[in-house]
Amino acid sequence: MIQYEKVTKIFGTGEDTVTAVDNVTLDIDKGKLVTFLGPSGCGKTTLLRMTNRLLNISSGKIIINGKNVMEMDPVKLRQSIGYAIQQIGLFPNKTIYENIATVPRLLKWDEKRTSERADELLDMLRLEPSSFRDRYPVELSGGQQQRVGVARCLAADPEILLMDEPFGAIDPINREVIQNEFLRIQGKLKKTIAFVTHDIHEAIKMGDRIAIFQGGKLVQYDTPEIILTQPRNQYIADFVGADRALKVLGIIRCREVMEKSPPNVVQGSMNTKEVLKMMEEHNWKHAVVLLKSRPIGYVTPKALKYEDTEVREIARPYPVTVEEGSVLRDVMSHMLMYDMRVICVTDEEERFTGLVSLNHIQKHLIDIYAEDMRENV
Amino acid sequence: MDIIGFFQNNYERTLLLTWEHVWIVALSVFLATLIGVPIGIAITRNQKAAAKVINSANVLMTTPSIALFGLMLPILAVFGFGLGKVPAVIALVLYSQLPIIRNTYIAIKNVPPELIDAGKGLGMSSWRRLREIEIPLAIPVIIAGLRTAAVMNIGIAAIAAYIGAGGLGVFIQQGIARVYDEMIIGGAIMVSLLAILVDAGMALLERLVTSKGIKLEKALKS
Ligand SMILES: Nc1ncnc2c1ncn2[C@@H]1O[C@H](COP(=O)(O)OP(=O)(O)O)[C@@H](O)[C@H]1O
Ligand SMILES: [Mg+2]
Repeated sequence: MIQYEKVTKIFGTGEDTVTAVDNVTLDIDKGKLVTFLGPSGCGKTTLLRMTNRLLNISSGKIIINGKNVMEMDPVKLRQSIGYAIQQIGLFPNKTIYENIATVPRLLKWDEKRTSERADELLDMLRLEPSSFRDRYPVELSGGQQQRVGVARCLAADPEILLMDEPFGAIDPINREVIQNEFLRIQGKLKKTIAFVTHDIHEAIKMGDRIAIFQGGKLVQYDTPEIILTQPRNQYIADFVGADRALKVLGIIRCREVMEKSPPNVVQGSMNTKEVLKMMEEHNWKHAVVLLKSRPIGYVTPKALKYEDTEVREIARPYPVTVEEGSVLRDVMSHMLMYDMRVICVTDEEERFTGLVSLNHIQKHLIDIYAEDMRENV
Repeated sequence: MDIIGFFQNNYERTLLLTWEHVWIVALSVFLATLIGVPIGIAITRNQKAAAKVINSANVLMTTPSIALFGLMLPILAVFGFGLGKVPAVIALVLYSQLPIIRNTYIAIKNVPPELIDAGKGLGMSSWRRLREIEIPLAIPVIIAGLRTAAVMNIGIAAIAAYIGAGGLGVFIQQGIARVYDEMIIGGAIMVSLLAILVDAGMALLERLVTSKGIKLEKALKS
C-alpha cells in the first residue's frame, strides 16, 4: 500500500519556483492499479518519482507499507520497487537476459534462480526465451523492447510498481495488445501499481481507480465509472471528453447487465413439437438451443411449425457469442455488425450463462446516468 | 640512396631505438589514461570545472612541443631531471590529456539520460551505473581518444630526442647533424610505420572491448 500525505514538490528557489505537486493526498490500496491522469506538466511524473526518491519531497510524507520513504535507504528502496519508463531505457550493451537480471543481480540472487526467473518472465510476456535471451535490445522491435522493460521491472517480484507512461512509445495497435497482456498479468500478480498516463482511454482501461491532476493538484480520485458518469467539475468533464457516455461502454462488462439463466432455453435433444408447444405456452419469440451446455443456435415458432425431429437439427447457429467479461462496447459492436438484438453470453469454457440485449444495456446506462442527468436538467 | 642497406647495417640499433620509442609512448599513454579518464569522468559531474579543465588541456596541447620541453627544463632541473626520458614522458602525458579528457567527458555526457534514469530507478548505485552502463557505452569514444593520443605521441616522442630521451628521433637528429640522408629517412620511415601500426592496433582494441549490442546499434544507424 502506498500513502501520499499532503505531498508537495516545489522546484527552484527564490522567485523562480514551480509548484509541480501541490498538497496531494491519496492512498493506493494493496493489489490495486491506480492511474495518474492529466495533461502534460500537471505533475504526474514528479509525484511518481518522489515515490522511489528519484526526487526529494518538499513537504508531506510518502508511506509505503507503513514506512516513510524518507527514512529508508534510497538504493534499497528502489531495488524493492519495480520501475518502468516511457523511453524504456534498456541497456544497449547488455543482452535481454542481462537487462532482466539487473535487479536480481543487485540483490545477489544466484545465477540459476535469476536465469529461471528471466525465462519465466519472458514466457509470461510472450517472448520465446530461447530466441530472445541472448539478443540485444537493438535487435528487438519497439513493442518487444517495451515487454522486456516490463519484464525487467517485474524481475525481482516487487510488490510495488511505478510505471511512467510505460506503453507510451509504441503504436496504437501494439499498445492495445500489451495493455491487454499487462492486465492479464496484473490479474494474476495483483501488484500495487502507480501508473502514469495522459491518455484517458488508457487510464480508463487500466485503472482500478483514476487520480486526475490539474496544475499539481489532485482534482478527482475515483473509479473509472464514477469519473465518467459523475465528473466533479467542468475541467474533468472536458478532459474525459464529450463522448464519455460512449467511453462508459468500454468499462462496463457484460456480466453486469446480462439476463442470467433466462427461461427460453431448450435442450438440443428435445423434439420440435414439444419445443413449439412450450414456446406457444410461454409466448417466447425465440429459444436458445443448448447441447452439453453450449449454445448451438436458436429456433423460432415459425421455423418449428412443420418439423418433427430433434430440435438441434434445425437450430440456426448464432453468428457470434460473447463472454461474460466482454465490455459493452464490443457487445454493441457485434449487435450492429450482425444485426442482432440479443446475443448469447458464455463463460470462459463457452458454456451458456445468459442473454444480453440492447434493452438491458440501455436500462443499465439510464440507471447509471439517472443521477447525472437530474443534476443537469 | 640505399635505405635497405642502412637498415641492414644498423638493424640492431634500429630495433633498440624502436623499442625505446615504443616504451616511452606506451608508458606515457598508460599514465595519461590513469590520470585523464578519471578526470574526464569527474568533470561530467560539474559543468563549471569541466569548462576550466578542458580549456587548460587545450592550452597545453596548443603549446609547441619544443617550447614545452624548454619550459619544463628549468623546473625539472631542480629535481635533477632536466634532460632525458623523464621530462619526455611528462610532456607526452600532458599532451595526451586533451584527447583523453575531452573524449571521456563527451562520451560519458552522451550516455542517454533515460539509461541513467532507468539504472537509478532500478536501484543501481552510482558506481555500479558507471561500471555497468556509462563506461561500457563510452568505451569506444574513450579508446578513440587514446588512439589519437598514442599516434600523436609517437610523433612528439621523435622530437624528444633533442632533450636526450632516445627513441627513433635519434636517427633523425643525428642524420640531420651528419647530413646523412639514409639515416634521416630511415628514422622517419620507422616513426611512420610505428604510427600506422599503433593506429591499427588501437582500432582493433576498440572493436574488442566494445559490447556486441553497441556495435549492432551502430551498424543499424549507419
Ligand atoms: N527538474 C525540474 N526542474 C524544474 N521544474 C521541473 C522539473 N521537473 C519538472 N518540472 C516542472 O514541474 C511540472 C510538472 O512536471 P511533470 O511532473 O514532469 O509533469 P507530467 O509528468 O504530468 O507531464 C512542470 O511544470 C515541469 O516543467
Ligand atoms: Mg511525465
